[in-house]
Amino acid sequence: MTTNIKYALERRRYVLVAAVIVVAIIFIARLFYLQVVDHEYKAWADSNAFLKKTLYPSRGMIYDRKDRLLVYNQPAYDVMLIMSEIQPFDTLDFCRAVGIARQQFDQRIAEIKDRRLNPGYSAYVPQLFMNQLSAQDYGILQEKLYKFPGFYIQNRTIREYEYPNAALVLGNIGQVNKQDIADDAYYVQGDDSGRSGVERSYESVLRGQKGVEVLLRDARGRIQGKYENGAYDVAPVSGKNLTLALDMELQAFGEQLMSNKVGSIVMIEPATGEILCLVSAPTFDPSILVGRQRGRNHAMLEADPLKPLFDRSVMGTYPPGSTFKPAMGLTLLGEGVITTETHYSCAGGYPPGGGKPKCHGHASPLSIVPALATSCNSFFCWGLREMLDNRRRYPTVQERLDRWRDVMRDMGFGRKLGVDLPNEKSGQIPNSRMYDRMHKGRWASSSIISLAIGQGEVLTTPVQLCNLAATIANKGFFYTPHIVRSIEGTGPDSAYTVRNYTSINRDYYEIVSQGMRGAVTGGTCRGVALPYVDVCGKTGTAQTPFGKDNSIFIGFAPQEQPEVAIAVLVEHGGFGATVAVPIARLMLEKYFKGEITPEHKYHEQYYTNLAIMPRNVI
Amino acid sequence: MSSKKTTVWSNLDLASIMLYVLLVTAGWFSICGASFEFDSVGWFNPSGRPGSQLIWIGLSFVLIFVILMLDADFFSVFAYFVYAAIILLLIITIFVAPDIKGSRSWLIIGTMRVQPAEFAKFAVALALAKYMSAYGFRLNNFKSYIIALTMIATPIICIIMQKEAGSALMFLAFFLMLYREGMSGYVLLGGISAMTFFVLSLKYADVFFYSTPVGEMLVLAIVQIMTGIIAYSIKPNSLQLKITAGGTLGAYALGVGATMFVEFNFVWIAWGLMLLTAGYLVYLSVKNWVTRYLLILLFMLLSVGFLYSVDYVFDNVLEPHHQTRIKVVLGLEDDPRGVGYNVNQSKIAIGSGGFLGKGFLNGTQTKLKYVPEQATDFIFCTVGEEEGFVGATLVVIAFTILIIRIYILAEKQKNVFARIYGHCVASLFFVHLLVNIGMVVGLTPVIGIPLPFFSYGGSSLWGFTILLFIFLRLDAARKER
Repeated sequence: MTTNIKYALERRRYVLVAAVIVVAIIFIARLFYLQVVDHEYKAWADSNAFLKKTLYPSRGMIYDRKDRLLVYNQPAYDVMLIMSEIQPFDTLDFCRAVGIARQQFDQRIAEIKDRRLNPGYSAYVPQLFMNQLSAQDYGILQEKLYKFPGFYIQNRTIREYEYPNAALVLGNIGQVNKQDIADDAYYVQGDDSGRSGVERSYESVLRGQKGVEVLLRDARGRIQGKYENGAYDVAPVSGKNLTLALDMELQAFGEQLMSNKVGSIVMIEPATGEILCLVSAPTFDPSILVGRQRGRNHAMLEADPLKPLFDRSVMGTYPPGSTFKPAMGLTLLGEGVITTETHYSCAGGYPPGGGKPKCHGHASPLSIVPALATSCNSFFCWGLREMLDNRRRYPTVQERLDRWRDVMRDMGFGRKLGVDLPNEKSGQIPNSRMYDRMHKGRWASSSIISLAIGQGEVLTTPVQLCNLAATIANKGFFYTPHIVRSIEGTGPDSAYTVRNYTSINRDYYEIVSQGMRGAVTGGTCRGVALPYVDVCGKTGTAQTPFGKDNSIFIGFAPQEQPEVAIAVLVEHGGFGATVAVPIARLMLEKYFKGEITPEHKYHEQYYTNLAIMPRNVI
Repeated sequence: MSSKKTTVWSNLDLASIMLYVLLVTAGWFSICGASFEFDSVGWFNPSGRPGSQLIWIGLSFVLIFVILMLDADFFSVFAYFVYAAIILLLIITIFVAPDIKGSRSWLIIGTMRVQPAEFAKFAVALALAKYMSAYGFRLNNFKSYIIALTMIATPIICIIMQKEAGSALMFLAFFLMLYREGMSGYVLLGGISAMTFFVLSLKYADVFFYSTPVGEMLVLAIVQIMTGIIAYSIKPNSLQLKITAGGTLGAYALGVGATMFVEFNFVWIAWGLMLLTAGYLVYLSVKNWVTRYLLILLFMLLSVGFLYSVDYVFDNVLEPHHQTRIKVVLGLEDDPRGVGYNVNQSKIAIGSGGFLGKGFLNGTQTKLKYVPEQATDFIFCTVGEEEGFVGATLVVIAFTILIIRIYILAEKQKNVFARIYGHCVASLFFVHLLVNIGMVVGLTPVIGIPLPFFSYGGSSLWGFTILLFIFLRLDAARKER
């Protein structure tokens, strides 16, 4: 019995050895699964250990056409802190140094520690305490920094503006939103990108190319060194510099003249399509949208009822009023509706409309040239009537109106010109479908005769009006207006070097420019005449649904080999001749002479100080 | 004297010694990998971990020399004395040890830190071997169990009071030796079944397959199968086996067929079968007048009772931090930054090693300290990451061969003292391997115990060295006589 038991117990060694072998097999199988079958762990290990630190390139700088530096980068200082390194310090002294209240300090610390607000929080990794400290504040803090262990300064760059002007043209940069990140994989949370103006439309050129530095990070998030001595690092590529077509001096002068007014001044070089100045009033100093005050100031600008963030020069759509008449005249001539010899009578109004639209006293009957010079309403109404009601060319009024619209579109109306600024508006040129809807298919020239004088359904942007003047100056073609002259030495996009010809013969442009010259020499806009250059122009007084009429002027100079085209629009300025014309004269004088002659200094002061604000604001 | 000296050396088991040297060397290189830093003080500098481990390895060889020089009888003669001394040391430790990371198990002597619990393992093994090798000793009465269990339980209690529950758990390895020496297999079976059922029923507690609770079903099925196997092993009867197996499968097949028409809980079928089995076991025991069938029935009933009390025990008896630890190991809680962080990072480190590993000192996870305790308890991570599947498997195989080798040598002993001691040694290595590597690869709960010969630390290295070489000295004596 004892031997039996002994034998039975000796057999138990097999159980023990078998158990050891089974465990070994289970372990090896588990290791095989973890190390060979499942690849997920490898990816986790990489994201654990590698910190891909982005190296930000410096953003391209912006110059004006005379190589004046407009926008550049300036160091700013972010205050960082590492929680685990903080030792007791004089909190009040620190608050005074960075200019915040004690409560703000406590609140900020609480925000940093809150993992819901700050998901990446670690006590061992630098956290942003305050961003974009100015150089002065930095100087104060720097002296005392030794007293605050755990606080560090991290350099970054912010945009700095040399001039307080052209805020809407230059635009500003801000943090990307979710949509930007979804649209362009280049961005990550916290990146900056151009939010408006050139900063936005040339974002991809200005931003450069981010670099990356692969660092090894330990379990507490501390950096332990470069991976493979930087073999996988990529250096950042700086953004390209832009040279604008803008003349900053002219722009600043335009903004000065437009102060306390609402409206726009656009000047284009007809020979190239380059925009020399693009004033939208009211405006603001671009530097207020930089740094720590950006959020507050942006909210303030957004809340302003005058909408200073709204770029009226490319986004504002206005009835052009009489400044539309050159385009009308060109259309009538081009379509063969009238000739230079065609005379229409004017009896202080358009007879088929029962004397409406009204007109003012001048010789009658008259032909196209004097009609433009005196801005006769009746002439263009007769012309439009002839074009829309004459069945000889096209059978229906719809087709005749659509023909009219096509010509207008060729001249750059009713569509986006393609200016290199974001959010350009197309304005409006009506087509037959629109009137079919409005008048249930039964309409004729009488229903829509106000089109002839740039009222009713016609809406244009100031840049489109200036483009009309440039096209007339060029006698039949225009270059798409653009704000950027060159990108780091290479010329503008090829889209801006193509001549866009309209469908109208060069000779007719000659006739219209004579009419516009006549307006300056003896017509509605004598006030724009300059002694040393032949200015051509056209005033406009456009009715608005409420308040006084908009005061508009378009023109170009000199008549032969024109150098500049201009459009001025002052909302509720009244007659074109009273506000827009003198402002245009000052702008042209500034352009040609570089300064205002002493005898016109008075005008400069007068129009600078002149306040024309919408009634609902005042 | 000189002739005896030569015989000790020539009679040593070469295979075990080679495995020992291999594991200690691999362990040292792993510590180099685990503690390598960018600002490393150098491997041979004693202030760094590789340097100090090297000193301990050197001192281990001195210890080995001393052990081999002693007379083989020395160990059985002084077994109780050593045991008493160690227990005294353990008790002193409870009161004088400072609190280091919540543990009060370290004695500080000058600049040295010693963990007496590591030395208690061979002391308990010696004392048990001495007690159980006494002439005429049989592990078959109450008194012998009480004394043997007291010998094991005393250090366990001391170590638990030092807040080192993990180390204390390792003393359960002695039950494997007790099993070899005559303890009923049902005790081991019961213990292991209890752990398995506990894990299964918790892991699948809220998992339902249609309306069948998976955990409950699994445990019931296992109980059923085990009951069948035990009953069969008592009296093999192939016809009976075929009828039982066929009946069970038929019942489940009917159940599957029934789900076509009505959705129901398969646990009902298991219960039905269980009742039939119970009835049959009662019938068998009455018919044959054999109580063993009633014991099987008892096993079955206890298992089922255990299954239905797990939830209660888990929710009401265990403390919350134990609950979370167990839950994380069972994969019930996904909490990579919390309690499961260690296991998760250790799996990432091992998994990232791939088939051949990243190479010595190239492990990013261990080098950057993602794995906590990586030079001590989680040292196997470093092997897995830097040496890959190949290296890790070789380490597992080396340990397995060493353990089996010791079992084989133990069984060869004519001297009962040496045999029992040998079983203690093998079982201790086995349980350490099981729990440590199991923890690192995420199969067992996180219990802070060292991997023999690998983990950084003098106490653990010396404890295991003494444990192993006393046995090798005893084994050498076998051939001397």
